[in-house]
Amino acid sequence: MDPPVYWPDYKSNVLRAPKRALATFPSTSTELTGPLLGDSLVGPLDYDLTRQHAGEPLGERIIVHGKVVDASGRPLRNTLIEVWQANSAGRYPHHIDQHPAPLDPNFTGVGRCLTGDDGSYRFVTVRPGAYPWRNHDNAWRPAHIHFSLFGRAFTHRLITQMYFPGDPLFDQDPIFNSVRDPAARARMVSAFDLSETVPEWALAFRYDVVLGQTPMEDT
Amino acid sequence: MSLGSTPSQTIGPFFSHALPWKDGQYVVPEGTAGAFWLRGRVVDGAGEPVPDALLETWQADPDGRYDADFRGFARCPTDDDGQYAILTVKPGPVPGPDGRLQAPHLAMSVFARGLLVRLVTRVYFADEAAANEVDPVLADIPEPARATLVARHAQDGYTFDVRLQGENETVFFAV
Repeated sequence: MDPPVYWPDYKSNVLRAPKRALATFPSTSTELTGPLLGDSLVGPLDYDLTRQHAGEPLGERIIVHGKVVDASGRPLRNTLIEVWQANSAGRYPHHIDQHPAPLDPNFTGVGRCLTGDDGSYRFVTVRPGAYPWRNHDNAWRPAHIHFSLFGRAFTHRLITQMYFPGDPLFDQDPIFNSVRDPAARARMVSAFDLSETVPEWALAFRYDVVLGQTPMEDT
Repeated sequence: MSLGSTPSQTIGPFFSHALPWKDGQYVVPEGTAGAFWLRGRVVDGAGEPVPDALLETWQADPDGRYDADFRGFARCPTDDDGQYAILTVKPGPVPGPDGRLQAPHLAMSVFARGLLVRLVTRVYFADEAAANEVDPVLADIPEPARATLVARHAQDGYTFDVRLQGENETVFFAV
């Protein structure tokens, strides 16, 4: 389900992936508990990445929403979600990102929220642009939003990327394709959601997240 | 019902403006009784520092409880030399799978550019030799690999390096 530890198509992986097989042990209270974070970390407007500066960011305004549940479908309530993304031109306000696309003074691209009682969350942002990287010849990352989630237990901890439906860059992206099972790969792709699209204002995309391995996948 | 989990993807190179928190590296505030620095370095298979990793730790309180009143959590990005530092207190022993106590330990997650999945390890303490000897998780790891899981004494606390690959590669666990 998850990508392999060693995946040399992604060049940065080659010297960083451990060579020894992962050791296993039955989960203990250390793994079955986890931090309860958020109240002090999340401001009331942190869910809206378009309202963090004096003006509005350029780009296509979108709503990203969904539910966070565990493998048995139970909502994971009051858990921290952090997101970060490139601006609509495909540029991060990070000193390492120097590719020739403009920064947007009205967009940092960082958001946080806590899930509601039903595990639901909602962000307002702009659609991120694709951007080039130097992994292989003419390499471009499909547009994506980074997601960081905690759930209820150390075993739930997940950092992943949300993609957009039908992206033409999927086929050549070694990060997206490091997930070998097509059904699992599809779970990283959001769905266009007309029902949550706000007329005259913003398209909506739905992205549900399932945290925690099921026992069968543990084998 | 059992749903398929959402797969992991890399944290990428561009998170240092997004994920670190002001008090992230402090499990406890400075001045807390018994507080010490856990410091170390993350290196790759060529022995080079990894300047774009994010480490997180999770632990019980000094009484061995996972309790909402104790954050128990730290997050620290590595610097240009691959170094991190976390201020914490030693956790108490917590029950293991068979009811016997585990030696005091922290769970540690490693995220970095190049890693598609989180790497998980454990930090034990060199001055808990008797407890380490009977710890059910450590017991399954033969030497010399076992030593990669034990933080060494340092001037203001402990040192715990993370070697992602190569000689003395850190033991990582599937969770």
